[in-house]
Amino acid sequence: MHAFRFDLTDLPPAAEALRAEVRDFLRAELKDRRRAERADSWGGFDPAFSRKVGARGWIGMTWPTRYGGHERSFLERYVVLEEMLAAGAPVGAHWVADRQSGPLLLRFGTEAQRERFLPAITRGELAFAIGMSEPDSGSDLASIRTRAERVDGGYRVNGTKVWTSNAHRAQYLIALFRTQVVPDKKHEGLSQFLVDLSSPGITIRPIIDLGGAHHFNEVVFEDALIPEDLRVGGEGDGWKQVTTELAFERSGPERYLSSFALLLELVRREAARPSERGTVAAGRLVAHLATLRQMSLAVAGMLEAGQNPNLEAARPSERGTVAAGRLVAHLATLRQMSLAVAGMLEAGQNPNLEAAVVKDVGTAFEQETPEVVHALLDVEPLPGAGGGDLEEVLGYLVQRAPSFSLRGGTREILRGIIARGLGLR
Amino acid sequence: MSELGTLLADTVTRLFGDLVTKEALEAAEQGAWPDKLWRALEEGGLTLPLVPEAQGGAGGRWEDAEVVVRAAGRHAASVPLAETIVAAWLLAGAGLEVPTGPLTLAPVRAGETLRLARKGAALEGTATRVPWGAAAGHVVALAEADGRATVALVAAGAARVTPGKSLALEPRDTLAWDAAPVLAAAPAAAGLGADALQVYGALVRAAQMAGALESVLDQAVRYAGERRQFGRAIGSFQAIQQQLAVLAGHVAAAGTAAAHAFRAADRRDPAFEVAAAKVRAGEAAGAGAAIAHAVHGAIGFTYEHSLHFATRRLWSWRAEFGSESRWAATLGRAVLARGADALWPDLTAR
Repeated sequence: MHAFRFDLTDLPPAAEALRAEVRDFLRAELKDRRRAERADSWGGFDPAFSRKVGARGWIGMTWPTRYGGHERSFLERYVVLEEMLAAGAPVGAHWVADRQSGPLLLRFGTEAQRERFLPAITRGELAFAIGMSEPDSGSDLASIRTRAERVDGGYRVNGTKVWTSNAHRAQYLIALFRTQVVPDKKHEGLSQFLVDLSSPGITIRPIIDLGGAHHFNEVVFEDALIPEDLRVGGEGDGWKQVTTELAFERSGPERYLSSFALLLELVRREAARPSERGTVAAGRLVAHLATLRQMSLAVAGMLEAGQNPNLEAARPSERGTVAAGRLVAHLATLRQMSLAVAGMLEAGQNPNLEAAVVKDVGTAFEQETPEVVHALLDVEPLPGAGGGDLEEVLGYLVQRAPSFSLRGGTREILRGIIARGLGLR
Repeated sequence: MSELGTLLADTVTRLFGDLVTKEALEAAEQGAWPDKLWRALEEGGLTLPLVPEAQGGAGGRWEDAEVVVRAAGRHAASVPLAETIVAAWLLAGAGLEVPTGPLTLAPVRAGETLRLARKGAALEGTATRVPWGAAAGHVVALAEADGRATVALVAAGAARVTPGKSLALEPRDTLAWDAAPVLAAAPAAAGLGADALQVYGALVRAAQMAGALESVLDQAVRYAGERRQFGRAIGSFQAIQQQLAVLAGHVAAAGTAAAHAFRAADRRDPAFEVAAAKVRAGEAAGAGAAIAHAVHGAIGFTYEHSLHFATRRLWSWRAEFGSESRWAATLGRAVLARGADALWPDLTAR
């Protein structure tokens, strides 16, 4: 059989107890955080917040205690992550280190590297960025050209990395460089390095995204020197390591919660003003019917409701109800799939394919959520405060949504991985 | 999976593999009752997974029943197995004896109601689209009596039958009862309301869809590996690979949603999970069938090919016991009534 297997995972009582603790913490910490800021999900970068999270023991949760970790289960970590994301906590200052850089060092780093970096990460004091993509290398990551040439005591680096999120705010970058050019074997000769972003020869330039935000950067290396003891893993082992690292970022709750803030605002709006719906029904019907055809299957329920003679009472509310219910159905399913992958990780399995499936299905859901709201409500997405929360959250997510299926491997690359798992390539 | 679940899985896979052949499916579509298959299912203990052992069942849980129901969907078994499983569970839960032979459920459409008259001795009313309404030995009706949901057992012959069919050419008959004699009746188990048939019917349809989607994925992947165009297997083209990856995602989501709902049925009122499963599996059915047909091209559009046994069932099952939009509305009403701040706590409590 070709169907991927997702065994349901029950969260243990310890994880549920932890959930209450995390909620209390977030309620207190985020009480002044605006709803539109919460839509930023893991884009929010707040070093002070990350230090508090570290002090609670919620960074590096699964790592050994000798490196500052807490030796807790993957499922306990999962609960902390999903609570943070659902609440829209600004986790960006520890997110990458906790999810990718730390696990990478645990697996491939030297003892000295682990002792030097991991405890500071768990305290929430050390932020990491990831240097993989280059101007001519995106999905075809193995074609990178930034060179790290051996010199006395280390390496000299020349080249350019792009789309480097938070390079302007992180202290360290884990970068993939070419240490050797092997003709016709682009996957060979790649190595990973820990790069101190304050070192000479490194220039960080902002890349402003279409929403005007500064997440991305271009990082240019001009004869930058990297000491030999900051190479991660063996020289030439970079490709194997980097594909392992990318799998860390494919299965978590961040792959379906990016649009959760918008779903919340939709529910808030629909639940709060039930009396308004009837009054605008007649005027909206004609305009909305045109868009209905393009709406997803849930709103086909509106056509069904269209047979109801009690138009004024039934139509707009019915649409909102159907849409909200449908989104919740998807979210509930995705959460179970994601939990199942966490369970497989906990059991020591290697669910790379299942993780890719979760990410593909999850990002499709994330991107569809703004479409559903558009088709449903007469609201204008706004670039900032001044309207309602729904308008602002919608404005934020409409602009972020294209990135959901790009970051961490494009949709097409992921589907290629899944197709390989189906035995097609 | 439980020990019983593993045992059931082995038995159903072997049994369906042997007996649900293309010839048998075609014969069923012509109206033949697959007697050999049904007897084998009964002898294998697969028709009553939820009935206590003391009453002749397997004494299992919904998680065990899911194995059987999903397999029935995967093989397109043309028998009222899912209906019998739910009907027998209703009877046993109400403290009634479970007769042998195939059972079905009524009413299956939302908005239709049946009444008990003559102090529970007679059934009144009409139920449309009843699966195997004429072929099943008995009908288990959920009727209203004195404002309570009551389980009533009637013989199939007690109704006036107007035959009908689903897209998959499975019987979906209209049954009309006019003071029909009730063989046994008792209040439904605690917690079951008038909508119980909708909820548990949607539950089994979600698992059947998950199973049929597994079959659709298997067939599409196999075909993509065999069919050659432009000098190579069509599965080597990225355009096809991407479509099959999307299909695999739908299959995974439908299976997860269905499993989640069955697990919930073992623990509490599963209305939330069932609604989510019916919505998710129904959408997967629509999208998944479309991809499988696109990959198969013209051959998959013929009666000769076997793909349609799965896809026609998917198209009919997604609408039965409530469409995606109806279940989304049910779920949406529940969510809106609780408000935005309860959404995340409620979701994580499940």
